[in-house]
Amino acid sequence: MANNIKPQSKIKNSVSTSAFYAIAYIVVGFMALICLIPFIIVVSGSFTSENYLLFHGYSILPKEFSLEAYKILFKVPGTIIKAYGVSIYVTVVGTALGLMITTITSYALSRRDFKYRSKISFFFYFTTLFNGGMLCSYIFITRYLHLRDSLWVLILPGMFSVFHLLIMRSFCQAVPFEIIESAKIDGAGEYRIFFSVIMPLLKSGMATIGLFMALGYWNNWYQAMLYINDQDKYPLQYLLYNMLQKTEAMQRVAALSGIVVKDMPKNSLKMSMAVVATGPILLVYPFVQRYFVKGITIGSVKG
Amino acid sequence: MKEFFKEIKKNRALFSMIVPALLLTIIFSYAPMAGLVLAFKNYRFDLGIFKSPFNGVENFRFLFVSGDGWRLTKNTILYNLLNLVTSQALAVVIAIFISEIRCKVYKKITQSLIFLPYFISWVLVGAFALAIFNYETGLMNNLVTAAGKERINVYAIPGVWPWIICAFNAWKWCGYNSVIYIAAITGVDQEIYEAASIDGANIFQRIRLITLPCIRPTIVIMLLLQVGRILRGDFEMFYQLVGANGQLYDATDVIDTYVFRALTTSTNLGMTAAASLYQSVVCFVVIMVVNGITRKVEEDYALF
Repeated sequence: MANNIKPQSKIKNSVSTSAFYAIAYIVVGFMALICLIPFIIVVSGSFTSENYLLFHGYSILPKEFSLEAYKILFKVPGTIIKAYGVSIYVTVVGTALGLMITTITSYALSRRDFKYRSKISFFFYFTTLFNGGMLCSYIFITRYLHLRDSLWVLILPGMFSVFHLLIMRSFCQAVPFEIIESAKIDGAGEYRIFFSVIMPLLKSGMATIGLFMALGYWNNWYQAMLYINDQDKYPLQYLLYNMLQKTEAMQRVAALSGIVVKDMPKNSLKMSMAVVATGPILLVYPFVQRYFVKGITIGSVKG
Repeated sequence: MKEFFKEIKKNRALFSMIVPALLLTIIFSYAPMAGLVLAFKNYRFDLGIFKSPFNGVENFRFLFVSGDGWRLTKNTILYNLLNLVTSQALAVVIAIFISEIRCKVYKKITQSLIFLPYFISWVLVGAFALAIFNYETGLMNNLVTAAGKERINVYAIPGVWPWIICAFNAWKWCGYNSVIYIAAITGVDQEIYEAASIDGANIFQRIRLITLPCIRPTIVIMLLLQVGRILRGDFEMFYQLVGANGQLYDATDVIDTYVFRALTTSTNLGMTAAASLYQSVVCFVVIMVVNGITRKVEEDYALF
């Protein structure tokens, strides 16, 4: 390696080093801005009067401040509250059950005295290499499981994933086997060992994959698009999708709130709905970010 | 087999722990695979999957004779290659820059902002696209008209969509991928950098001769993971950005959006199943071959 490093004059070195740091700061700052600006456009669009939007379009700062869109949105809060209810229900139930199943499975598969663990792990892993895709799931779920319009269709398919299993397994492998052995000698059964000895040790792992699961459930919209026809069972993200892309959804809000469709502040309404649907994530983001960083770092190291 | 049952009996508590996960995997991953048999059948709704008559490889022949097969394959592979290169390159550059930044506050704020797009749903990204490209009120057309030019209807120009999709993809995944690369860079032994500094290496030499070689395994693994999805399109992304916009199909239709359209219109499920099976088999073969080659060349880099 030393052969490749040619001595250079100190001054030239320091100038190009400063240039490098300047570029690094600028590029990273620019990227951060690009990631932030769309959020600002949406928020400011939601607070801008419809008239201004029609003539001048969206902009980064709200020009003619108006709360009209939010007033209409909350005039008939039924639709939004229902959608919030569905999203919260699906997220809580799905995450709780999924977390339990994933944790106990990865614990069992990390036990070195469990003989068929590598074969069973492969049975799970294989689904990431080969699967039937959307068509097969769709036919199976609608024609054989008859889960159309049931909230379980939003919960069950995403409940167990190999990605979470791999992350959790590395948390389990960090637990020394001697703890399990000594609990066994004390006469504890397998379930007793898991629930009162192991689970408390896996708290940070459970927080990590629990958050991944919750995020997945909260952001899921396309299961609802495929399987949910009943408008009362729309989750928040799918409701947002409908408001953004389909005129019928706008007409429904109009009918419920008693406003003529052509007087609806469509553009600002779309943006305010986007704010309402994404708000909770942005509020918790600063507190949960580090768990995701940890999970991604662990998940990227091959299992 | 007898030994297996003996093992189950002996370790029944541990076996019972994995039963729920096994059931979920069988029901939602393995059982639906049986539907792939449709690829060789003339699907009739009244008869269902298993009673519909076989028609050999007719579905595959039709898929490719009609031109759909080639168009979908071309689009899917081109998008994946483009996305692969741009998103990984951007993430590596950003990760290297972020790890060189000394100011802690600046580092933390920018990193948090760049990670933010990973947390939002593709629906919201669709809203962003609308706010930027919308014909009447989009930000882009504001700037265009402010500059005294004619409004542009982006949704009628197929040629720009590969770049738009690729930009959104790189944007959404940049934070996620750079987290992985930053972790890899942090894992590099600091003493190597110190030794290089003493030897007079400048920042460019440190990056080229130390950082990049040290994170090469991570880059290879990330590429392998993506190559295993060479025939899969990110349905959520394509659907939210492009939607059901027939004008853009030539440029933006990938296998996954094609399958979805066939589902919603319920036309020609046999041909759709053929496209699905083709996609699954090619992906499986590609990942096995590429992983096998990687294992031969450099065992540590292989996925499994």
